[in-house]
Amino acid sequence: MNTAHEPALRLQGIVKTFPGVRALDGVDFDVMPGEVHALLGENGAGKSTLMKVLAGMYQPDEGQIIISGQAVRMSNPIEAKAQGVVLIHQELSLVPEMSAAENIYLGELPRKSLGRVDWKTLEERSNAILKRLKCSFRAEVTVAHLSIANQQMVEIARALTVDARVVVFDEPTASLTDAEKVVLFDIINDLKAQGVGIVYISHRMDEIFTLSDRITVLRDGAYRGTLTTAKTDEDEVTRLMIGRSLDLSRNEAPPKFGDTMLEVRNLACDGLFEDVSFSVRTGEIVGFYGLVGAGRTEIAETLFGLRTPTAGEIYVAGEQVTITSPRDAIALGVSLVPENRKEQGLVLQMNCRDNMTLPQVQDLTAGPFVAKGAELAIFDQYRDKLAIKTPSWRQSAAVLSGGNQQKIVIGKWLSMQPRVLIVDEPTRGIDVGSKSEIHQLLRELAAQGYAVIVISSEMPEVLRVSDRIVAMYHGRIMREFTIDDVTEDSLVQAISGIGPEVAA
Amino acid sequence: MQLFSENPLLRWLMRNPIWGFVLIIFIFFSLSADNFFNERNLMNIVVQTSTIGLIALGMTLVMINGNIDLSVGATLALAAAFAVDVQSWAAFATWGNWQILPAVCIALLVGILMGAINGFIVWKTGVDAFIVTLGAMLGIRGLVFVYTGEQSFYAMNFAYSDFSFMTIGPFPVLAVIFVIAVLAVHWLLSRTVHGRNTYAVGGNREAAVNAGIRVGPHMMVNFMLIGFLAALSGVLLSTQMGAATPNLGRDYELWVITAVVLGGTKLTGGKGDIIGTLGGVLAIGILRNGMNLMQVPAFYVYVILGSILIAVLFLDKRFNRAENGGLRL
Repeated sequence: MNTAHEPALRLQGIVKTFPGVRALDGVDFDVMPGEVHALLGENGAGKSTLMKVLAGMYQPDEGQIIISGQAVRMSNPIEAKAQGVVLIHQELSLVPEMSAAENIYLGELPRKSLGRVDWKTLEERSNAILKRLKCSFRAEVTVAHLSIANQQMVEIARALTVDARVVVFDEPTASLTDAEKVVLFDIINDLKAQGVGIVYISHRMDEIFTLSDRITVLRDGAYRGTLTTAKTDEDEVTRLMIGRSLDLSRNEAPPKFGDTMLEVRNLACDGLFEDVSFSVRTGEIVGFYGLVGAGRTEIAETLFGLRTPTAGEIYVAGEQVTITSPRDAIALGVSLVPENRKEQGLVLQMNCRDNMTLPQVQDLTAGPFVAKGAELAIFDQYRDKLAIKTPSWRQSAAVLSGGNQQKIVIGKWLSMQPRVLIVDEPTRGIDVGSKSEIHQLLRELAAQGYAVIVISSEMPEVLRVSDRIVAMYHGRIMREFTIDDVTEDSLVQAISGIGPEVAA
Repeated sequence: MQLFSENPLLRWLMRNPIWGFVLIIFIFFSLSADNFFNERNLMNIVVQTSTIGLIALGMTLVMINGNIDLSVGATLALAAAFAVDVQSWAAFATWGNWQILPAVCIALLVGILMGAINGFIVWKTGVDAFIVTLGAMLGIRGLVFVYTGEQSFYAMNFAYSDFSFMTIGPFPVLAVIFVIAVLAVHWLLSRTVHGRNTYAVGGNREAAVNAGIRVGPHMMVNFMLIGFLAALSGVLLSTQMGAATPNLGRDYELWVITAVVLGGTKLTGGKGDIIGTLGGVLAIGILRNGMNLMQVPAFYVYVILGSILIAVLFLDKRFNRAENGGLRL
């Protein structure tokens, strides 16, 4: 650990209240120069609020922010940046129609006289930063044309525009591939070596344990303690976070598979995926694993009628079908829990009950009116079945936690009596506690006889829930594993495009 | 498509389809209307276009911001009324032709003030600009009627109405003013920090806030700019007519928005430019002028423009959907 005794940044007794909520309750936190300090907590524990206080977006009601020994007040993000505090946002905070260079210097474009933009300086500096990040694209490209991972790199590039004292990374790896993660970790270690203090927020334990020096845990807006990474383990951290240990075992009766429910032969969609064949039996979970952009989501969208396949056949329960719209898919018993629950899965402003009955509300009628009783009956049934925590059905879906939102989406499709359930990234952005609940739920659903497809970018997740795993690379199925013959190595090789014959 | 993308001119036209349309109707009217293709008529088109064109420049800024301003027609009328009326105030009776100067200044300030009020309300209340400026459209039009007492004002100083017939070299002064305004706003939007921030605020407002751009004041500046341009347009229009009528500028907001949208600016913000807007404005100007010369009844212009507007947006949608990878939503 660094010998400097003065923390690069110290937060003392930070209190922040919103009407009706005490979002932060006396939080202490400090980062030494040249240290990676991980900040952990379930969703809603107050991490984002704390970071917004740090970035000058919120003013704390009580407490002090001390940077290099001096108490400071920061009233907007530019002042925070001037103090050397840079926040890398979790959700991409980029303007799609502008160039990478303009995005990197957004809000602080270099100026010439008359308020003109100094394009030359802008591009020179941005290209230098991108080079440092080992990015293969130039600063002049429009951000909308970059892949998600490269967009994330642009976001990260912002941290390098000033001499940062403290850089806050908020879930930076959510959309990065493994190769890009290595580059990111190099950069973090680079910054660390230069004496920059790093605050690292992530849900992924493996990353936290490889990167961080210390771990601070928040729960319900309160400070729960700081641990030295080298002297702790995942279990201790989890207990601090959720107040109990996690049960990660797969203790259940061996699954009973039935008939083939969904079969896909040589399915293709121009430029997205080709020659895709697989099948799912009832009672079985097939995991689709691969990098972002490998074509997994696109296959799901094709099966749900959102895309038109250019070749191939789809069989549901042995019969060949053509699916041209989600309506067809639903009628055939195929349902999709989409990747982005807030944008694609829920109507956020609507209440829980209405969200759940959305696909079948036209059938729940009494005369010309919607039958309230029938709607409520459905909601109650699935709230109990899936253990959805909400004060009442009147609650708008927007205020629920990620885990409960996801359960509403799942409940919505279960109430349609599907035969095939496709779940895309079921636990993205969901904290550890609810994650294992969702995994458990998926196992139970399979045991009840649904044919389930789980698409995921997280290896522990596919390994935990799947009976078979399909590895994809560049729109092609590289290899299929059963859960008994899969190893982490062979899986990584398969999704990196190394075929089985080379691996063997 | 592949073939097209090799030729830089064709590639440019694919990104600015409205200019392709302008070219087509320009050639069409040159061939089929006798008096269309001559210097005088072409200058005439620019002068006729400048009225909605000036406002369209400001509307481009406001719409790239993700806002809209429906009150421009009313602001134009109010500014025109001031420009004509102030000249005849007793205080300036002895100023001779100089009495035009305070009149025009007050008119332009009134425009800026109306824009500032719109912008301030949008900034401080967070109410959608559509609603705020819809209210302003009704309210300002009401003020015009209160101020004018439902009467038209006539310019007593003939120097005022002569202004619109002046030329600089071979060019009508109104056309020159319009061209200067086009260049100035284009420069503002593409070269200055304020202009780039305009795209940032409309493209991703949250990102702009995170980057420390003060979104509220920024939007207010753009509302003041459109207020200024609407007032300028009103002053120039009143010099052409030698008068200000209380119904001046009615429906102009619709023409302006049509021109800007035809020019490729997105209603949701973040995308658009002055080159496109100029194309949209010229398309409307050439169509009106050409069909007038061919003695087509004016109402057909509405039918044709309406169809073109929908057709252009439909093509745009198809194009964007192809970019989306054909996801059916």
